[in-house]
Amino acid sequence: MASKVIHAVYTDDDILMNAVKKVRAEHHHIEEIYTPFPVHGLDKAMGLSDTRLAITAFLYGCLGLTVAITMMNFIMIEDWPQDIGGKPSFSFLDNMPAFVPIMFELTVFFAAHLMVITFYLRSRMWPFKEAENPDKRTTDDHFLMEIGIHGNEDELKELLLDTGAIEVSVKEKDA
Amino acid sequence: MVVGALCLGIGFVSAPSTVDEAKEMVASAHGDGHGSAHGSAAEHTNDTHGNDHDAVNAHANTEAHGEDHGAAHDEHVFHQLQNRPWSALYVAAFFFFMISLGVLAFYAIQRAAQAGWSPILFRVMEGITAYLAPGGIIVFVILAMSVMHFNHLFTWADEEVVAHDALIQGKSGYLNPTFFLIRAAIFLAGWIAYRFYSKKLSLAQDEADDNSNFVKNFRLSAGFLVFYLVTESMMSWDWIMSFDPHWFSTLFGWYVFASMFVSGITTIALITIYLKSKGLLEQVNNSHIHDLAKFMFGISIFWTYLWFSQFMLIWYANIPEEAVYYISRIEHYKLPFFGMLALNFIFPLLVLMNSDYKRVNWFVVMVGIVILFGHYLDVFNMVMPATVGENWHFGVPEIGGILFFAGLFIFIVFNALTKEELMPKRNPFIEESRQFHY
Repeated sequence: MASKVIHAVYTDDDILMNAVKKVRAEHHHIEEIYTPFPVHGLDKAMGLSDTRLAITAFLYGCLGLTVAITMMNFIMIEDWPQDIGGKPSFSFLDNMPAFVPIMFELTVFFAAHLMVITFYLRSRMWPFKEAENPDKRTTDDHFLMEIGIHGNEDELKELLLDTGAIEVSVKEKDA
Repeated sequence: MVVGALCLGIGFVSAPSTVDEAKEMVASAHGDGHGSAHGSAAEHTNDTHGNDHDAVNAHANTEAHGEDHGAAHDEHVFHQLQNRPWSALYVAAFFFFMISLGVLAFYAIQRAAQAGWSPILFRVMEGITAYLAPGGIIVFVILAMSVMHFNHLFTWADEEVVAHDALIQGKSGYLNPTFFLIRAAIFLAGWIAYRFYSKKLSLAQDEADDNSNFVKNFRLSAGFLVFYLVTESMMSWDWIMSFDPHWFSTLFGWYVFASMFVSGITTIALITIYLKSKGLLEQVNNSHIHDLAKFMFGISIFWTYLWFSQFMLIWYANIPEEAVYYISRIEHYKLPFFGMLALNFIFPLLVLMNSDYKRVNWFVVMVGIVILFGHYLDVFNMVMPATVGENWHFGVPEIGGILFFAGLFIFIVFNALTKEELMPKRNPFIEESRQFHY
């Protein structure tokens, strides 16, 4: 089913911010906003919920720490407790200081890499992915707001032009 | 003016009661400390020295229980027990002095870095560093008394010990009482002078109609930081590391710095939150608290990094002359030694990791108290094993010392806070600082 969306193009992030507030005050649902750079405060103005990426990173870090401890406990203490240069390999705690650098690095490694991968998955980014950009100019110096149309085309156009859009166009969009 | 008067009120309500309490605590410590007069050695050295000697010797003898504890051992235990109140006094005196020195370093960094968020807190920092001069002089007096044989804190200051100790003899070019006191005087003079001039320029900036005072302060702060890095490092060798004159560590200066820095930042946060809760710092918002809490979090980890680097390198190589430092601590100070690691690292790590918690005042206050106690233990662990060895207790002299200096610290700091407006008037960054939002 094809549905119609309206595209409003802006040239200034301040105007865009005011437009977002206005559109939201009129209870129109903003589908998406395309910007060339991060606009500070845009997520708050749009009412997007906070990211939980930091929480996943913490959990991944815990996982990395567990992997490090389990691995070294098995290899160095349980499987083959050799005497290497007089290091006490009787129990994990006895020899723990020597393991800390690895524990630290693996914690950071897991937290960082798994979080990045989570980010790619959640934002659907991968090589050879087809770009979803509706207008080339939004990668340079234009801002684009996309709003779904539910039989209120003219009223919406009016409102968007009022907010300072330099260009308002209606597009067919494959759902 | 109204703010100043209010502060004065708060200063007098909050401070004298604690000082009195502290004095009472110290006094009562003298009364019943350990069934003998150990406790009183802290302040009444002259008149109780003889009694103290007998009492402790008797104590040591009963402990000896007819075993083959020789006279040498008795002598050793006696020195350690006699050192205890001195060490308790010194640890507390140094801890509170170190807080104000840490704040001074933080203040200079904020000035030299031209930080935009912190000018709103400059008066709080200037208030805390008011303790620098009195606190520093107290520490200096204790050091001077130590090298003049009022106690046995520094073994290298004892000529008899040095005469039989080739290692200390080798170091006596650096570790001798005269040079030691001259160095201490130079460090203190430099720090106090910076604090004096920087505060003067900071106040002059409020009245001036150009920014020349601000620029001068910027240059002064940058210069001070260079001086501070060198002197702080030497201070840590002199005032702490020389308790173990046979032992040395190259990153010790940084380690002591991290400890004082994080305690100082924590104190800034606690006092800011307190003043804000009294309505005296209306324009400090939770982003300022968030920034301070981030510093508390980051420097706590920095401290742990240095602690671990020092520990692990020595543990790994296990060279006897270095490892003895940690052996004596792990053997006799297990709980304070590892307990402080939990207080100073694991606790702030887990509690202050969440960005939202860093904005919640009671969270920051709670972690702040834990961090401060943890760093008191840190100083305790650095000093006590060398001076009282295994005869340590966390008892009346220690608590008395903390309460006395805490009271003095609070009195001086809050008294100083009443002297000036809490809001700098025309710092070039003050507007940015007011609007600061993270």
